[in-house]
Amino acid sequence: MSIDLSQFIPIFLEESFEGLEVMESSLLNLEEDDAEAINAIFRAAHSIKGGAGTFGFSNITDFTHVVETLMDELRAGRRSFSDSLKSVLLSAVDCIRLLLEAARDGISCDDPQIKQVHQQLEAELSFNNEDKATSVESGLETTEVSSSSTTETQGWVIDFSPAPHLLMTGNEPILLMSALADLGKLITHVTTDQVPSLDELNPEELFLHWKIDLYSDCSELAVREVFEWVEDDCSLSVLPLQKLADVIPEESVPNDPVSAEVAFEDVTEQSCNALPSESASLEQTSVSDSQETTNLKVSGDSSAVPVPSGRKGQADQGSIRVGIDKIDGLINRVGELVITQSMLGQVGLEMSDCDHPGVERLNDGLVQLERNTRDLQEEVMRIRMLPISFVFNRFPRMVHDISSKLGKLVELTLSGEQTELDKTVMEKIGDPLLHLIRNALDHGLETPQERIAAGKAESGTVHLSASHQGGFIIIQIKDDGRGLDTDKIREKALSSGLITADQLLSDTDIHDLIFVPGFSTVVDVNDLSGRGVGMDVVRRNIESLGGHVAVVSEIGEGSTFTVSLPLTLAILDGQLIQTHHEIYIIPLLSIIESIWVSTESLNAVAGRGRLFLFRDEYIPVINLSDVFGLSETPKSFTNSLMVVVEGGGKRAGLIVDELQGQQQVVIKSLETNYKRVEGFSGATILGTGQVALILDVAGVMKMGLDSSTNRYFSAFNKDDGCLSAKVDI
Amino acid sequence: MATVLVVDDSVSLRSMVTFTLTKQGYDVVEAEDGEEALSKAKNTVCDLVLTDVNMPKMDGITLCAELRKLKSFKFTPILILTTENSQEMKHKGKAAGATGWLVKPFNPDTLLSTLKRVVR
Repeated sequence: MSIDLSQFIPIFLEESFEGLEVMESSLLNLEEDDAEAINAIFRAAHSIKGGAGTFGFSNITDFTHVVETLMDELRAGRRSFSDSLKSVLLSAVDCIRLLLEAARDGISCDDPQIKQVHQQLEAELSFNNEDKATSVESGLETTEVSSSSTTETQGWVIDFSPAPHLLMTGNEPILLMSALADLGKLITHVTTDQVPSLDELNPEELFLHWKIDLYSDCSELAVREVFEWVEDDCSLSVLPLQKLADVIPEESVPNDPVSAEVAFEDVTEQSCNALPSESASLEQTSVSDSQETTNLKVSGDSSAVPVPSGRKGQADQGSIRVGIDKIDGLINRVGELVITQSMLGQVGLEMSDCDHPGVERLNDGLVQLERNTRDLQEEVMRIRMLPISFVFNRFPRMVHDISSKLGKLVELTLSGEQTELDKTVMEKIGDPLLHLIRNALDHGLETPQERIAAGKAESGTVHLSASHQGGFIIIQIKDDGRGLDTDKIREKALSSGLITADQLLSDTDIHDLIFVPGFSTVVDVNDLSGRGVGMDVVRRNIESLGGHVAVVSEIGEGSTFTVSLPLTLAILDGQLIQTHHEIYIIPLLSIIESIWVSTESLNAVAGRGRLFLFRDEYIPVINLSDVFGLSETPKSFTNSLMVVVEGGGKRAGLIVDELQGQQQVVIKSLETNYKRVEGFSGATILGTGQVALILDVAGVMKMGLDSSTNRYFSAFNKDDGCLSAKVDI
Repeated sequence: MATVLVVDDSVSLRSMVTFTLTKQGYDVVEAEDGEEALSKAKNTVCDLVLTDVNMPKMDGITLCAELRKLKSFKFTPILILTTENSQEMKHKGKAAGATGWLVKPFNPDTLLSTLKRVVR
């Protein structure tokens, strides 16, 4: 029978990747005598090796074997842990990952790194060459046995005298005989002379001896293999059948003279019928066995109820692996359901004036439907939620690597790893976070010397935390390094023309400059932080997820970067606004506040545009109906409603006609359903069945400021630098 | 058909063994470590135990010794799945009451033919 093992390969790969993560994090936290951590690493390597062997990835088996051996020696205390060993093992983890990835993609992996690390591992192992040599030798011995024994024989004579306790090891002579019978024709003789009288007989012990003629062309090794597990619990001789006559007297006699003789006398008599008769005698011994099983069954019956319930309890806590596409399908379906539900709700409202007896019942039903859909939606969204530790777990390793590269001492602490967020958001947040942490290590933390000189602890700390706040997840990256140097930033911004010399900026404003495109204080671009990716990209990426990033810093004390993100990308808390009979949705997170503005508070600039003084800061005012070309005549700003929004690190006031309700909306992608439209991040379907577009605040601001009618803003900014740090034109 | 208790912390190995055995008509009870196996063993009639050695919580050797203490497991064959083809491991297993061992990696056919030695 052949079984297709390939179906288990994805599981094997998945658990191996998980195993690698365990290895990695345990290695990083490994203390000298942390037996449990060493064991965990060993087990992970062991499982990967075992699985790789089973599923035919011999290169992974070979490589992991060395790691396993090293860990085993560590575990047994034959080797002590050193930093060099740690880094070799860490690179070994990388190599195994490469090999697994290659296996997953079905390609061969010949990365030179693998060979190199393999050699390093072997070098670490080389202390124990002696052990290895002996094991090779013993391997040779066994092969010799098999080759020497493949002489032309008709079969084998097997003398099998089990020790009385054989049954207690779980072995069963009958099954051994039938395994032998698979090799060829069998003639067995049983010797019963050792069986004591009935009153002395211990039914749990075995007193029978066998002599077996096996007619087969199999090797001696094949025969011995059948008895592999009982070798130590019996006396066994296997001799070629043809040489029988001359050899028996010398070799077999010392083993068990009585049985040998008896067996020979009885050869003809018992011959092929031996098996049934001997199984009858064996039944005696197995009676007690089966009685015990029955007893157990009886006692098991009384406790039968708790057994299934216990199992059920375990199933409740268990988990299943489900493809992400299935979950996405489910979420989509629920999204549609929410839309249908709100449509029905709308119909219900419209019908409530109707004089029909069913209307009240209909509305009751609709209220219930609403509640149930909302619960359903929440539950479904929870399926996609994963603890942020999936992202956080990458960082200890990275911090370890980078800090050793930079020659800095860093202690990374994590908190709130169990905070959950949507898988899609998680996938996209990894890189921005990575960059922020790199940044903290590279620019934030000082070298040990500098720290000591500044009167700080030699090693710096970076604290990574996550928590929930409303519908958002807040991730903080806090270091106790040198902090942002406002003078330096200012100088740099001046030289790159981002600000002008006479501009008055608060510290917060200056800190914010680091997110402006084209800003970087480090002159020499290194391979850590300066990969052409600036903080502006970090901000853009985070904002494309509907999030925010801000920095608070105190010179000499350190900096804290705070990233806030929506928990999910599938639904959004939105503010419905109306302008010119069109309904739009502004993400609630982008809104700072909504205010009535009077004409006087709006300062016209060159008669073509307006600024509003919002909390000591001039913000541009954008008329949405102008931007979207909804009205022919420019709107008068008298007593307008203005929504102050923030996006791309800038603020602006959006003039709207009406504020409607706030509601959670299901986001429909425009790219998938239509095409990308500038100024909008998506669309949703309202209860009325109407499609409403969701504003991409940064995009709308750009459009508003770029549009020809507002070109004055750029002129304005050139003249008076007051805004140039805020407005990117 | 016989009931086999399969104990391994690796999901892929366990699924492979379970799949092979169930396809052949065996009933399979799975456990992911020694502790779970022991508690399942107390409530299940098993005809055979297949256990990995290196597992969290309770390793295979300890499991073996613990099972032998149970009345219902006095004669039950217990096979140890090991990657270490060393005498030391075999002796350790034997001393704990194991019936035999299977050296990993093994393919499904080897598994089935080997099982025949200890279970009907």
